[in-house]
Amino acid sequence: MATVMEIYQLLPKTNCKECGKSTCMAFAVDLLARKFKVEDCKPLVNEDKYKENYQKLSEMITPVGDVTETGLIVHEDKCIGCGNCVVACPVNVAADPAGAGSGKAPTSEKVILKVEDGVVRAMNVQECRRFGENKILCVACIDTCPTKAIEFV
Amino acid sequence: MSDDYYVCTGCALLCDDISVKVEEEKLTAVHAACRKGVAFMKGCSHPMEAKINGEKADAESAIKEASKILKSAEKPLIFGHANSSNAAQLKAIELARKTNAYLDDTSSFCQGPLIEAIMEDKLKTCTLDDVRHKADVIIFWGSDPASAHPRHMSRYSYFPRGKERQRGWEEDRTVIAIDVRKSDTAEICGKNGLYQIPVKGDAEFMDALVSALSGKVPKTSYDFDKKRLLELSSIMKKAKFGIIFAGLGMVYSLEDNEPLYRLMEKLNSVSNFHVIPMSGHYNMVGFNKNLFEETGYINRVKFESGEIKHGPEYSVVEALRKKDVDAALVIGADPYSSLPRSISRNFEDIPLIVIDPCQTLTSTRADVTIPCGLVGVESGGTAVRMDGVEVELKQIVESGRLSDEDVMTKILEGL
Repeated sequence: MATVMEIYQLLPKTNCKECGKSTCMAFAVDLLARKFKVEDCKPLVNEDKYKENYQKLSEMITPVGDVTETGLIVHEDKCIGCGNCVVACPVNVAADPAGAGSGKAPTSEKVILKVEDGVVRAMNVQECRRFGENKILCVACIDTCPTKAIEFV
Repeated sequence: MSDDYYVCTGCALLCDDISVKVEEEKLTAVHAACRKGVAFMKGCSHPMEAKINGEKADAESAIKEASKILKSAEKPLIFGHANSSNAAQLKAIELARKTNAYLDDTSSFCQGPLIEAIMEDKLKTCTLDDVRHKADVIIFWGSDPASAHPRHMSRYSYFPRGKERQRGWEEDRTVIAIDVRKSDTAEICGKNGLYQIPVKGDAEFMDALVSALSGKVPKTSYDFDKKRLLELSSIMKKAKFGIIFAGLGMVYSLEDNEPLYRLMEKLNSVSNFHVIPMSGHYNMVGFNKNLFEETGYINRVKFESGEIKHGPEYSVVEALRKKDVDAALVIGADPYSSLPRSISRNFEDIPLIVIDPCQTLTSTRADVTIPCGLVGVESGGTAVRMDGVEVELKQIVESGRLSDEDVMTKILEGL
């Protein structure tokens, strides 16, 4: 996953404010959180000298598609449907100990991750530990993914 | 979605918690299975057609032609069986008996040595359910389930909670990968979980572990970090229920099983360890079991008017290399894809019959092709999981294609 500094290094670093943010650093933070698109940085797109950086950034910041409220993205092209995240997720285990918690197919509607047609899908995201007031930075689904198909933005 | 659970035949894990959606006798959605299983269950992109010498034919006449070829052959080869049901495998054994055939399956160049050792009680084994309920030290040796058996870690080995492992993977289980490269599985094992050894270094590593377990200094010719080896041996010593998942990486690297026997003997004198070979195709172990019950051997046999001969010279590779076969029947395998060209080329000189649901590289070169239903989807039956547990497969859709068992029965009748 890209870091803010990596993104910042590829930006023009002129603090031109065309994007509406006061500095390029602030833009980098919002770009990482997918609040902005790479194309929102006008000099990067229009000026030839930034062409290479623009390309690199576009590869680094993959399009989000369906990003959930917790910022969870499943890269479907990378996901192999192994279900490691489904079984490892502490919320799934609490909601469905005999199904998802024991390695079998989820039997409850309350689970937040589920493998459908070979790809993992997120649902009931409000139950995710990374959601709401008392959120914690749980990484159970990221650490257990063999192909790094899950990302939080 | 279906209320019933079905079994996925994508790999030897035979996951039995799959729910499906069927529209017009076709699977439109497969839930809980991995990507590999979904692709397998949804059927082939190129279904095979019945053909005789490249000309389209109906299944009945293709079966008759197959019987004719096998009847006139003196030393046919019957090979494959890894992707067919137990019932079809038993028929294949009967067919081999009647036609004095060479009979071999994919385990001949796969997990054969380990499966043989387990069936002869030379290695201690357990079931995958035991692993889920009890295992605390899990070793993937030369195997990469994240690629070959995607649901292995989530269904049985590492992540699920079990009766004696209630607190989950972070606290209750230790996972270790011993491999020549950083595989996707090793990625999950963490920073200290990968023991990277050179190619063909497995036997020495096993002996070094035996030394470490006996309290001696573990030495290897490739100078593996002794501290880490001692660390690993102490993890193994403390295990309450240890399991080694042996992959092809380990099998291909060992000249014989002796180093593994030595390691397992030592491990079981200080701790409690088991071995499960990671077989790939869904019913390879089933064939080994069936043939073992019938003949006392797991593969590589030749029937000769009631007599049974066994040995490496009767393997599919040797039989083809010596050009000692005059016809071949391939069922549930694709030797053109898995054998070297120098060996598979010998199929070209003899009449070749292929029975499979999908078009394969082998079927495109065959003289007679007979389509059959996909077991576990278009026809039912039973199959044996990688740990030797028999699983029942239910039919999901009605496709009108003959099951592999029916095809084999009809060929037998035609003789």
